[in-house]
Order: sequence, then structure tokens, then C-alpha cells
Amino acid sequence: MAESAARPEIGPDDRIVVDHLWKSFGTIQAVRDVSLRIRTGTVTVIVGPSGSGKSTVLRCMNHLEVPTSGAVYIDGVHLGDRRTNINLIRREVGMVFQQFNLFPHLSVLDNITLALRKVRGRSKTEAEAIAMAQLQRVGIPEQARKRPGQLSGGQQQRVAIARSLAMNPRVMLFDEPTSALDPEMIKEVLDVMQELAASGMTMVVVSHEMGFARQVGSHMVMMDQGRIVEEGAAEDVFARPQHPRTKEFFSKIL
Amino acid sequence: MTGPDHGDLSEAGAAIVEPARRSSVRDLPLWLFAILAILALMAVVIATEASFGEAFEVIIPGISLTVGITLVSFVASIAIGLVAGLGRVSRNIVIRNLAITYIEFIRGVPIVVLILMIAFVVVPAGSRILGIPNNAVPQETRFIIALSVIYGAFIAEIFRAGVEAVPKGQMEAGRSLGLTHAQTMRSIILPQAIRTVLPALGNDFISLLKDSALATLLGVRDLTQSARLYTGSSFRFDEAFLVLTFLYLSMTLVLSLLVQQLQRRLGRG
Ligand SMILES: Nc1ncnc2c1ncn2[C@@H]1O[C@H](COP(=O)(O)OP(=O)(O)OP(=O)(O)O)[C@@H](O)[C@H]1O
Ligand SMILES: [Mg+2]
Repeated sequence: MAESAARPEIGPDDRIVVDHLWKSFGTIQAVRDVSLRIRTGTVTVIVGPSGSGKSTVLRCMNHLEVPTSGAVYIDGVHLGDRRTNINLIRREVGMVFQQFNLFPHLSVLDNITLALRKVRGRSKTEAEAIAMAQLQRVGIPEQARKRPGQLSGGQQQRVAIARSLAMNPRVMLFDEPTSALDPEMIKEVLDVMQELAASGMTMVVVSHEMGFARQVGSHMVMMDQGRIVEEGAAEDVFARPQHPRTKEFFSKIL
Repeated sequence: MTGPDHGDLSEAGAAIVEPARRSSVRDLPLWLFAILAILALMAVVIATEASFGEAFEVIIPGISLTVGITLVSFVASIAIGLVAGLGRVSRNIVIRNLAITYIEFIRGVPIVVLILMIAFVVVPAGSRILGIPNNAVPQETRFIIALSVIYGAFIAEIFRAGVEAVPKGQMEAGRSLGLTHAQTMRSIILPQAIRTVLPALGNDFISLLKDSALATLLGVRDLTQSARLYTGSSFRFDEAFLVLTFLYLSMTLVLSLLVQQLQRRLGRG
């Protein structure tokens, strides 16, 4: 199905292109005909009610979910193409999960060095130097020797971000990175993400943190029932939401 | 739950506290004392009654085969179980169905029948194919092959459950970093799975030790066969089977206490 569709136009600035994406789980239509462009250096915030398909769209962007039809291109590479080695793509795409998904049996340092060594082929010393630099960046180098279970939620999420950053990705995907955190820890994670955005990282963030979306977001996407109902420059969508569902959503959440 | 000043609440609170206080007595392993008492009684009989002592002397050499068969079969069945268990969760439908076929076949036939089948049908057929004279494969070896193949299927299910108990997010996190499915399995999923399956493996080791008594079916002189041979010549059934029970029960008791200890330590860690 995906092969028969014409390849969309992809400019040099288009880091991710989602083209007529459909995804169903059995009888559930999770994503219906979503098309989206993520430009290099932008921060796209995806919002929408629970079950509207935000996570599914995000997860299709690194093929954790395989589209039912339609296509996702990263730097012009069609993820669903049989010739595409998805492992090569994924090392360039960082992903941060709501539940952190740190490896509980490994130290914080080993959580970060594992893929550097196995995927990037770095030596132990090189990998540890990179890992320490990233831990420094997220502000917790002193936790390197601990197990994830000994850290607070906010610290764990920062380790997860450091783990992704260590791979030197071209784009970072965040799926509700602060939703599992106690309120007092949300800020430390958002601060790291803000710093990351300021450094020019291309980011796609599913989040209900409207303060963050407003300050850091450059692009805003509102989803409802598997469709994008509104999108545009973040400040415009905030200032003048057009779609009734967006207005309703903002009035509930703000 | 009508409000904080409701009279019943304090009583409910007390009721919650009380069993917790009593639990120290309730949780005392009375069964363990009973088993230890039974074992002690048996030990006294064996030590003091001459005929029981004699039976013990005759039967005890069988322990080397019982222990040897158990250890070798356990190692082999872990190897088989790991392969079949990973096959069971493989995304390749051919591999997965091969693994399921093996596991369900084994689970659908009584152990006794499987042992007879493997020892007297499968091994002879195998040795014919390989061109080895049938009697070149000793009964001990046949029995170990049979037990390993049988327990391999049981242990495969343990590994499968262990792998499935690792949260889905772990595989996703590994794959998102660019690790392959196999790399994620090896470095992330299996190390966590093995920790959770250790107690279950311990329990299967105990079952395997007990099932090693089926060696008697093939005339292999383990503890059980030694006891049966002794009754055949002496007609001392009381002596032989009390000694035999004593030996198995003391071994399994020690092992199950070790497994409990392991479980407690893993639970804390
Ligand atoms: N693996 C799956 N199997 C079956 N149904 C799924 C699966 N993943 C998602 N769904 C369904 O697809 C729909 C969209 O889910 P999705 O997780 O993308 O929504 P979401 O916008 O991220 O919601 P939330 O805000 O609750 O995270 C929902 O109806 C959900 O139940
Ligand atoms: Mg979601």
C-alpha cells in the first residue's frame, strides 16, 4: 500500500516527513491520515486528549509501530522500505518514554554506555567519557555509579535523556516525558529539555505542559480521534485557536 | 469509609493492626518443624535399628548416580530450555511453532511414558541412523537424554515466562537506541529474565531430583533402584523404603530451603 503512493516532496530542511499515516490496532483506528513535517531545529509539541493517537504517531516516527498505510521519512529515508535498515535509522533518533525505561540491572553509567559500545562501536573509555559528559549536561554526574532504582523519578528521566543524547541523535522524540513525575520534579526535566531546544536540537514532544509548549515550542499540533485537527506556529495556535476541539482542550487544560 | 470521626473506623484500624502483631506466630514454619521431627525420627530408627542400618548401607551407594544424573540432566535441560524458550518467544513463526510443538508434545505425554519411549524407541532409532550399535548407549545415558529432553520443555516455559515478565518498554528502549532485537535480548532482556526465573529453576531442580527416581524403570542403579533390588533379595520393604524416603526428603528439604532463601534475597534486591 505504502509503496504505491507517490513519494512526497522532501526539502533539505525536512527532518521527518509523515505522509498520509494510518495506523489501526485490530478494529481500533488509532491514527487516521496524519501528515506532518518536522523541520530541522524546530520543537513540535503534539497535544490532544487521551487516546487521540499522539503516542502512536510518535512511535511510528522510529518504527516502534509500523504504519498500516502511509509512510514516514527521516532525512528522506523511507522507514517502511524493505531496503531500509531500521537499526541504522534508530541510532539517529532519540526516544524518551513516559516510564523512563531505564535498564534496572545496569548502573546509570552502563545504561548510557551500552548502546555507545554495541551500536557505535566505542571503546569502554570513550563511551564512559561521552556518558559522563552527557550526565554533566543533565546535571547529575554524581549519580553515575548508582542503579536507576536508587534515583528519583526526575533524575531517572534525566538519565534517559542523557542516554539518548549520548548517541548524538539528529532528532529527539519525547512521549509525555513528565507525566509520570511528581510535580516538584517536572521542572528539572523541562529545564533540561529547554536547554536542549536552545542548543538547536530538533524535537517532537507529546506533552500537556502548556507552559513548556508556549515557551519552547515552535510548532503546535492538536490531535483528536486520530486526526490532526489543527496545527501551526505555537504562538498562533495558543493565541487564536481555530478549531472548537482545540478551544475546548485549552479551556480544560489551562 | 464515611468520615474520619466515624466510630467504627478506630475499630477497623485496630483490626488491621492486630493480625500483623499475631503474624509472627502465625508465620512460624510449623510444617518445617514437623518435617524436621519426622526426619529426626527416621534418623534415630536408622541409627539404632540394625536392620534399618543395614538397608541404609546397601542403598546409599546409589546416591552418586542419583546426584550425577540430576546434575547432568539439569545442565542439559537448561541449555535445551534456553534455546526452546527463546524459540517460543521468537518472532519467526517457523521457529516459534517448532518450539511450541516440542513443548506441547512433551507436556501431553506422561513422564514415565516419555522415558520408556525415548530409551527404547527414540535412542535405538537414533543410533541406527548414526550407525552406532544400539547397546553402545548405556541405560544411564538414555535416561539422562530422556530427562533432559523432558525437563528442557518445562524449563523452556520458565524462560518464556521470565522473558515475558520483563516490561515491554525494555525492548522498546533497547531498539530505540539502535540495538538489534538479538542484542537487546542478550544485554537487556535475558539478564533481567534470568534473575526472576532463578527460584522457578530451583524448584525444577528439586522436581528433577525426584524424577531421577524413574531411573529404576531402566534398571539404572540409583537410590531407588538400589532400594528395590535390596527388597528383592531381603524382602525388607519397611527398611528399604523408609531409608529411601528419608534420603529423598532430606535432600529436597535442604534444596527447598535454599530456594526460599534465594527468593527472599531476590525479593529484597
Ligand atoms: N498496542 C496497542 N494495541 C491496541 N490498541 C492500541 C495500542 N496502542 C494504542 N492503542 C489504541 O490506539 C488509540 C490511540 O492510542 P495512543 O496511545 O496513540 O493515544 P494517546 O493520544 O497517546 O493517548 P494518551 O494521552 O492516553 O497517551 C487508543 O484508542 C489506544 O487504546
Ligand atoms: Mg500516549
